Amino acid sequence: MDQESAAASGGSLISLTDHEQRFYSGLHALCQADAPGKLSSGKVAELFKASQLPPEALHKVTEVCGAKHLGYFGTAQFYIALKLLAAAQSGLPIRLESVSGNLPLPRFAGLKNEPESRHAAAPPGADPQGSAPGSVARNPADRSTFRHLEASAEKKEPWSPPRSPCSSPPRSPLAYRGYPYSKQRNGVDAQIPYDNKPSSRPGAQLEQHSSPSRYVSKPAVEHPAMARASSTERLNQQATMNYSDDDPWRMTAEQLEYYTNQFKSLQPDLGALILGAVAKNFFTKSKLPIPELSHIWELSDVDRDGALTFTEFCIAFHLIVARKNGYPLPESLPPTLQPGFSQREEEQIPDTPESLEPLIVFEDAEPRSCQVDPSGIGRLEPSVATRKQDLQGESLKQDTSVKRLASSREKSTLQLGAFPERPEPHLELDPQMRTKTRQRSYSSTSIEDAIKKAEEPPTPPPRPQKTHSRASSLDLNKLFQQGAPGVKSGWLLPPALPPRPPTSQVPHFLNVSEQASQAKVQQPNFADFSHFREEEESSVKLEEQGPSSRFGLSSEDLTSASKQDVSGTPHSQAPQKPIRRKYHPESQNLETGPPPPPPPAMPFPPPAKPSQKLLSRQKREIQMAIRKNRETNAVLRRLNSELQQQLKVVHKERVTLESQLELLRPLAST
Amino acid sequence: MLPFTVYFSPDVFFPQNYPLYIRSVPSQNELKFHYTVHTSLDVVEEKVSAVGKSLADQRELYLGLLYPTEDYKVYGYVTNSKVKFVIVVDSSNTSLRDNEIRSMFRKLHNSFTDVMCNPFYNPGDPILSKAFNGIVSGMMVQTS
Repeated sequence: MDQESAAASGGSLISLTDHEQRFYSGLHALCQADAPGKLSSGKVAELFKASQLPPEALHKVTEVCGAKHLGYFGTAQFYIALKLLAAAQSGLPIRLESVSGNLPLPRFAGLKNEPESRHAAAPPGADPQGSAPGSVARNPADRSTFRHLEASAEKKEPWSPPRSPCSSPPRSPLAYRGYPYSKQRNGVDAQIPYDNKPSSRPGAQLEQHSSPSRYVSKPAVEHPAMARASSTERLNQQATMNYSDDDPWRMTAEQLEYYTNQFKSLQPDLGALILGAVAKNFFTKSKLPIPELSHIWELSDVDRDGALTFTEFCIAFHLIVARKNGYPLPESLPPTLQPGFSQREEEQIPDTPESLEPLIVFEDAEPRSCQVDPSGIGRLEPSVATRKQDLQGESLKQDTSVKRLASSREKSTLQLGAFPERPEPHLELDPQMRTKTRQRSYSSTSIEDAIKKAEEPPTPPPRPQKTHSRASSLDLNKLFQQGAPGVKSGWLLPPALPPRPPTSQVPHFLNVSEQASQAKVQQPNFADFSHFREEEESSVKLEEQGPSSRFGLSSEDLTSASKQDVSGTPHSQAPQKPIRRKYHPESQNLETGPPPPPPPAMPFPPPAKPSQKLLSRQKREIQMAIRKNRETNAVLRRLNSELQQQLKVVHKERVTLESQLELLRPLAST
Repeated sequence: MLPFTVYFSPDVFFPQNYPLYIRSVPSQNELKFHYTVHTSLDVVEEKVSAVGKSLADQRELYLGLLYPTEDYKVYGYVTNSKVKFVIVVDSSNTSLRDNEIRSMFRKLHNSFTDVMCNPFYNPGDPILSKAFNGIVSGMMVQTS
């Protein structure tokens, strides 16, 4: 440490003790100005005046330390100056030689000297600033001094929340602050009480001193960083400062632990994901503007799945903390923050030696979030049902690419513990995750899209809110009540589905299951539909299904017949191809999965069923869903055929018109 | 010469089709590009509403809209949720092949999905994401 300090003093002849180091660093931070490496002479002058030395002594100090020569106070000069001040205050002549002695810390009126008082170096007799650590009288003065400094520093102070703790920190955040402070006490005087208001400020002050002490070891790097980080923001957060590491983009162990606790409060399982909306609510409490939060999200959601793993969460949290401390957001993830950071931590050269306040930033938010989260989590399970229903109702709004989500759902386990208030894309992710095996095959075919789209425009897709289709919230509720995690994982995979795919999937399933029960039907159209018709009538469906589908089928026949007039077989093949292809992925999927049981209404093959009631209920629900989907399917098919007919008609007209035009043209030219 | 526009139709029943994002490389004539994109929207709609085979129409080569003064090609792309991307390319830039346009649309779609995944982004807001901007700029620079 001493060597470091020696180096820090610019290779000069002074060496600072630990205490001195800290104190000086603190004062250095106080006087930090805009230009890197240069201390604002105004502040330095103030400081010097506060030392209550005669002006000529101050001049001498300035001269001796070399600032006069340089024209400004660099770090080394500043430290030398401080030493000289101390020397002067203890009565030693102001000379360079006196600097090397072991001196008490210089005293400055109006500034905090509690650290000095606590240290072994007993203050000399004449101690006008007799520091009783808990002296409340001084603390307001300190605060006012700091505030004055803050004001004079004319730096921007956009964030009131960090400020408010400065002015009147409420009790609970303070107590909360105590928690992080306890973590950060490495090298700091541990006796400093931090559990009550007045002493928290001296504690904070000490913190502040200790934090720059680390910087002293790397002054060259520190200066640009100091400039960038704008000391005023640090002044703002003096009472709440918590130094961590030299590199702001690096996470210390304490921070990591803190993030872990936060993560746990949102999501008990460390291996699981925090859904986007949950994270959004949480991070919004940090009061950063939304575009910045959005940018932070983009940086931290490395795998782009709309949810945060533990690592991503730590990254995001860290970025937020850094931002609150005044760091501009990077355009890309700093190397120390990238997911492999913990391995690279040791090798990294710190970019900027600024302190972080990881734990304080959420001071205002913390009490709230602490209260909200437990209640939120408590609410989560019952609200899952409602969330799912809302989700289904709002699914159309989201452009969540099925492909991407399906592939990215690999690692998202059950996030049922963290269901958000704004479920829309995220709950959709969950069910999609569970059906990813099936979905992927669908999304790869444009037919799927075609069918989806075909369903959407003409009629509203049947919202399975009232009835319980696959994505049945009722089942989830049941499962939650049963509380069997194994059951959960086993069960939820089959039943949960996003609203959109079910409308297209269930018919597929139906068709396939029906198909599977007979031979695979790939023959020409009519055979397909007749089979389908038979199957419909044979299964437990409503009668109205039959007529509607029959009608649809007949018009389909008509259409295909008329098509053959105009364009021959390709057209008649075309509408069949999609349907045929529909069966393919289904059959593949079903074959890959467990074999479909004979009753077509039970496409879900989980072997272990917890209770018969659940099974039959599911059966019923599924059957209802199947019925509805069949109805929709038939209607759409009818519509499709009608439109095809119209298209045919229009084509015919066009042909006739064109022929007429041809006829007229030679006439017109003459 | 490459304005991009993302139009968003949030609901099938209320096609609003307001632009979420417009970028063009030459700053001048931007208004004309806006107009072009807007008119091409009709064509896109027409294609979209054609209930038929593949509705995720990856491109729409709208060579018909060739003005005598300047010619450009308009390509369209519609995602599964009716979000439309439109690219206008200067026809003199014939080096742009169809595959390139397709890959551009794919990239656009991917970055758009990323934007959507961000919980802080409300669908329907103008897209302010820097990553998205970056990708779009990269594409425009690459082609122009």
